[in-house]
Amino acid sequence: MSPTALTISGVDKFYGPIDRGVHAVKQLTMEIARGEIVALLGSSGCGKTSTLRMIAGFEEVSRGAISVGGRQVHTLPPVKRNVAMAFEGYSLYPPLTVRENMAFALKAARLAKGEVDAKVASIAKLLEIEDILERYPSSISGGQQQRASLGRALIRDADLHLLDEPMGQLEPQLRAVLRGRIKHFIKERGLTAILVTHDQTEANALADRIAVMEGGVLQQFDTPERIKERPANLFTGTFVGEPPMNVFEAFVGATAGRINLRLSDGLSLDYDRDAFSAPVRDQLLSRERVVIGIRPYAVRRSKDGVPARVSANQWLGDQTHIAADFAGGSLVLVEHDRTRLDLGAPIKVSIDPKNLHVFDQASGTAISHGMELA
Amino acid sequence: MEHTSLIERILRGLALTLVVIFFMFPILWIFMMSFQTNETILRIPPQLIFEPTLANYTALITGKLMTAAGTLDIAFMRNLWNSVFLSVTSVAVSLLLGVPAAYAFARHKFRGSEDIAFTLLSFKFAPALLVLLPLTLYFQKLGLANTYIGLIWVYQLICLPLILWIVRGYFEDIPADIEYAYRIGGHSWFATFRKIALPLAGPGIAAAGLLAFIFAWNNFVFALVLASADKQPVTVGALAFITSSGIQYGQISAAIVLSITPTLALALYAQRYLVEGLSLGAVKG
Repeated sequence: MSPTALTISGVDKFYGPIDRGVHAVKQLTMEIARGEIVALLGSSGCGKTSTLRMIAGFEEVSRGAISVGGRQVHTLPPVKRNVAMAFEGYSLYPPLTVRENMAFALKAARLAKGEVDAKVASIAKLLEIEDILERYPSSISGGQQQRASLGRALIRDADLHLLDEPMGQLEPQLRAVLRGRIKHFIKERGLTAILVTHDQTEANALADRIAVMEGGVLQQFDTPERIKERPANLFTGTFVGEPPMNVFEAFVGATAGRINLRLSDGLSLDYDRDAFSAPVRDQLLSRERVVIGIRPYAVRRSKDGVPARVSANQWLGDQTHIAADFAGGSLVLVEHDRTRLDLGAPIKVSIDPKNLHVFDQASGTAISHGMELA
Repeated sequence: MEHTSLIERILRGLALTLVVIFFMFPILWIFMMSFQTNETILRIPPQLIFEPTLANYTALITGKLMTAAGTLDIAFMRNLWNSVFLSVTSVAVSLLLGVPAAYAFARHKFRGSEDIAFTLLSFKFAPALLVLLPLTLYFQKLGLANTYIGLIWVYQLICLPLILWIVRGYFEDIPADIEYAYRIGGHSWFATFRKIALPLAGPGIAAAGLLAFIFAWNNFVFALVLASADKQPVTVGALAFITSSGIQYGQISAAIVLSITPTLALALYAQRYLVEGLSLGAVKG
């Protein structure tokens, strides 16, 4: 096991008085290994940026502790934490050129001029900003400023690199190219990076592990694959994945060797008892109501499925998203070919129990994923 | 460029001229009066043609005021120097105290910070005459009456709130992340304050300083009550021109011209920087 780069233990963040102010981060505990890239993923106001700023030292930690490389840092001023950060609002120094902005932290660390120039040149090449090195922040575009700001963070030799929405302003093509390069750069140098983003593609592409946050609470901290395949709860299940997971409430019923999940509108998903593994079946039968989730990719159209009615049909250039009225809600399914279905057309869908995610109806905690218990 | 017809340009020029004449006329008239004797000033109807004389200025600079009743000594140059000294020192002290305070109020929300900031502003609410009597009594007890230190202290009531509130706004406009970026790059908060916050708020500080200077320069009532002749600024010193043998309009005008010259010069000089500062809007990335 590689040494720990960052430990966050039992951290609370209140804006305003402790226990009475706004509780932005709740009892956050996580550990990040050296050389790891971690994404904090969540919607606006979920506490991800607060967490990042507490690590950097711009926000006080209300309760709990943060250590970087085994060193308790949460009471130290930012300058002593040895972390680098790229800011969402770029925050370049207006009176300095892009080159000076990037070289600036290195000069503070008293590096030789030749070495500084070489580093700036290599990072500028990586981020494709060589042609604007002599320009001032006010005269370049948002995307260029963002890359300069990212460069200013990556150029440093810090224990931890904090990247707050580092690619939000870039054009899609450039973003895709840079994602790959930046990941390679970080991995090659063995840097540890924490990335805050609300873009799950970015999180999936860059991160070794993703921490999904909502309402100040860490929902799940796992690899992108496991978050996709085994979401810990209903929130992660519906938040991660594009298009989002279909969810329906269901009553569990059992009749003569069959299990049926009764949805609203009198619809029911009917399965053979043996279609479920024994532990999953036991869990299902011990409950009256559950929430079931199905990824759009796992919904199939078939001749003998459950009826639904097409309500929207979009061809996205490489796949078709079909939305259908189903069981009092909407069901989305994805097909890879261009499907021609008119609005209101009746279709039949079937769902393989292997692709069924089952969640507790009250708490939203995952019960099972396909054949396995959560 | 948008195209404007000739007539439009002429009308615009005419309108501008009218506005300028309207606002500049009193100053122009005073300027003209300062080169006239009382007799020519008080002619009815007033005339634009006169024989200019430098007598008023000579009287002010030499300190000898000739009146019908004889020669009076006036301390105008002394007053002018007092004005300069009091205003400059007061603004300097206010900047020294007010700018760091403004930064603290802008960046750190601490218990009671709003209350303190408001209290400082409330100094400007009270009518000066209301505080003057108790202040005079205290100052006499403390030995501060008729001292430069006492006056500069009282002038803080004028300058400090102004500087504090204007500069605070400028600091609040600088994104905190720029400072954070500097701090995380290996600098203390004090270095950040000096190298990032101060230069970025520079135009604001200059504007606030200039305004405070003008207010301090124009102050009348504090200096009237708290200082005697040798410490009084020009605003109070001008009273000396109301003599037993009449009001010396010529000398008053010359005194006004001399006393607005420093503020005017300062404003014209600082204007360039103020405009430069306002176009620094690109800070908000």
